[in-house]
Amino acid sequence: MSVETAQGLTGSRCARCGNVAYPAASGCQRCGSTELTSLELALKGVVWAHTVQRFAPKSPPYVPPAEGFTPFAVGYVELPDGVRVEGVLESVDGEDLAGAEVVLVSTAPVPRFATSAWIEHSPRPDIGRTGAETAAKESAR
Amino acid sequence: MSSVSIIGAGLSKFGRQPGVSGRHMALQAIHAALADAGIAWPDVQVAFGGSDGSGLADTLVSELGLTGIPFTNVKNGCATGGSALVAAVNAIRAGQADIALAVGFDKHPRGAFDPRPEDWGLPAGYGEAGLMVTTQFFAVKIARYMREYDITEQTLARVAAKAYRNGSLNPNAWRREPLSEAEIAGAAMVNDPLTQYMFCSPGEGGAAVVVASEAAAKHLGARSVRLLSVATRTRGFGSFEVFSPAIQGLGTPTSVSTDAARAAFEAAGVAPADIDVAQLQDTEAGAEVMHLAECGFCEHGEQEKLIASGETEVGGRFPVNTDGGCIANGEPIGASGLRQVHEVVTQLRGEAGDRQVAGAPRLGFTHVYGAPGISACTVLEAVR
Repeated sequence: MSVETAQGLTGSRCARCGNVAYPAASGCQRCGSTELTSLELALKGVVWAHTVQRFAPKSPPYVPPAEGFTPFAVGYVELPDGVRVEGVLESVDGEDLAGAEVVLVSTAPVPRFATSAWIEHSPRPDIGRTGAETAAKESAR
Repeated sequence: MSSVSIIGAGLSKFGRQPGVSGRHMALQAIHAALADAGIAWPDVQVAFGGSDGSGLADTLVSELGLTGIPFTNVKNGCATGGSALVAAVNAIRAGQADIALAVGFDKHPRGAFDPRPEDWGLPAGYGEAGLMVTTQFFAVKIARYMREYDITEQTLARVAAKAYRNGSLNPNAWRREPLSEAEIAGAAMVNDPLTQYMFCSPGEGGAAVVVASEAAAKHLGARSVRLLSVATRTRGFGSFEVFSPAIQGLGTPTSVSTDAARAAFEAAGVAPADIDVAQLQDTEAGAEVMHLAECGFCEHGEQEKLIASGETEVGGRFPVNTDGGCIANGEPIGASGLRQVHEVVTQLRGEAGDRQVAGAPRLGFTHVYGAPGISACTVLEAVR
C-alpha cells in the first residue's frame, strides 16, 4: 500500500462468515474459508485499550524519531467494521485516551490514530501527512 | 485411561549463572529428578524436552549416557515443558514405556526478549515503530481488564509483593529480597500500569520431571504424585495475543488459558473449587490476576477482594505461586512449565519447607500461558 495515496486501512471480510480481518487475510481465522473480499476500514473508532511505551524499544528494529525517543501511547482502536486495530495513539497532554474517539492519521509504518484535540493542536501538521490525515483533518472540522 | 504418576522432579538453580550453559542446567535438573525418583538414566525408556533458545534437548545424551532410547525435541514456546510432559504421559498411556522423562531449560540474555517482525508474520514497520515489545501486550490487556472489572493498581502491587515474599522463602529462587507494595508501585513505569518490579525477567534455569506407569510407580513411587491430567491448547478464534496487528471477533476476547484449564479439569474429573494449591503464569502481576478468573478459580472482578483478603498467600485459603512464580524465579521459557509442576509436587508431598501450605493439600494445579497464544495446564493429586 502506497502511503501517498492511502486513504485508509485495507482489511478483508470473509465471504462465508463475515469476519473482518486486518491486515487483509488469506484465510479466515474464524471459519477457515479462503473466500475473502477486500474491505476499506472506517477512519474513525474508539480506543478499546492502551498503554504508554515509557522506554525506548531496542534498536534495531526500532527507529527513533530524529529528535530522539519520547514516550508514546499504543493501543487498540475498535472500528465500526467489527475489528480492533493496533496503532500508535496521539493525544494532547492530560487527555484520557481510554474510550476516546480517535481518527486515523497515517498508515505507515503502522496505523496511527489521533484525538481531534491533537489534530487541532498538532505542532507539526505538515509532517507525515497522508491522504488519511488530510481526510482526518477534514472530518475533524 | 491408565493412571500416570510423577515419581521424580528436579530443578537446577534459577537466576543468573555466569559460565553455566543452559544445557548444563538441564543436566542438573535431570540428575536431580532421577535422584528424586531413586532411579538412574538407563532406567528411562523415552524422553522429550526442549529449550526456546539454548540448544537441542536430545544432545544431552552425550553427557547422560548413550542408552539408545528415543529422545524427541520439543519447541513450543512457553508450553515447551507442558508439551514435553504431554508427550511423556502419552508414551506411557500408549504402552510405549513405563518410565519417561520430560525436561525444559533456557538461558536468556539480559533484558527484554528481542523478537523480529518477520518471524511473526508482521510487516517490518511494526519493528520500526516500536511495537515489537512484549510488555506492551501485557499492559494493554491488564489496562482494559482493570477498567472493565474495577481492579486497582494496588492489587497489582500486592500480587508482585507476594511473589517476592514467597521468593524469599524459596532457597532456589532468583529474587530473594522481599519488596514492599510501595517500592513496587513507585518503581519506574515500563508500560502503564505496570512498573519494572511487576514484571518477570527472562532468566536461566532447567526443570525435569520423571513420569511412570501404574506398575512402575508401584515399585518406585514411594513419594509419587498422581498426574490426573495434562492439557495443552493453541489459541482459538477471538483471542487477544502478543504482536497482534488486530483483535478479530466481537466482544470480550476469548482466552486460550480458559480452554486449556477447562480441558485439564474435565480430564481430571475435578473442579477449580477442589484445588488446594496452584501455580498460575505470572509474566507480570496483572497476568496472575486475570489467570485466576480465566482458569476458573473466581469470577471476573472478584480478584480485587480475594487478593486484598490474602486468600492467595501461602497461608491463605487458595495459595498461588508459592515458590514466587515467574516474578521471583525469572522466566527461562523452556523450563517454566515444569518448574511449576515441581513446586506443586513439592507442596503435595509436604516438602516445601518455609513456604509449605498447611493442612496437607490434596489437589494441585499448574498453568502456563505464552506467545503466540498457547497454554498448558496440569492437575495433580497427592498420594497418601
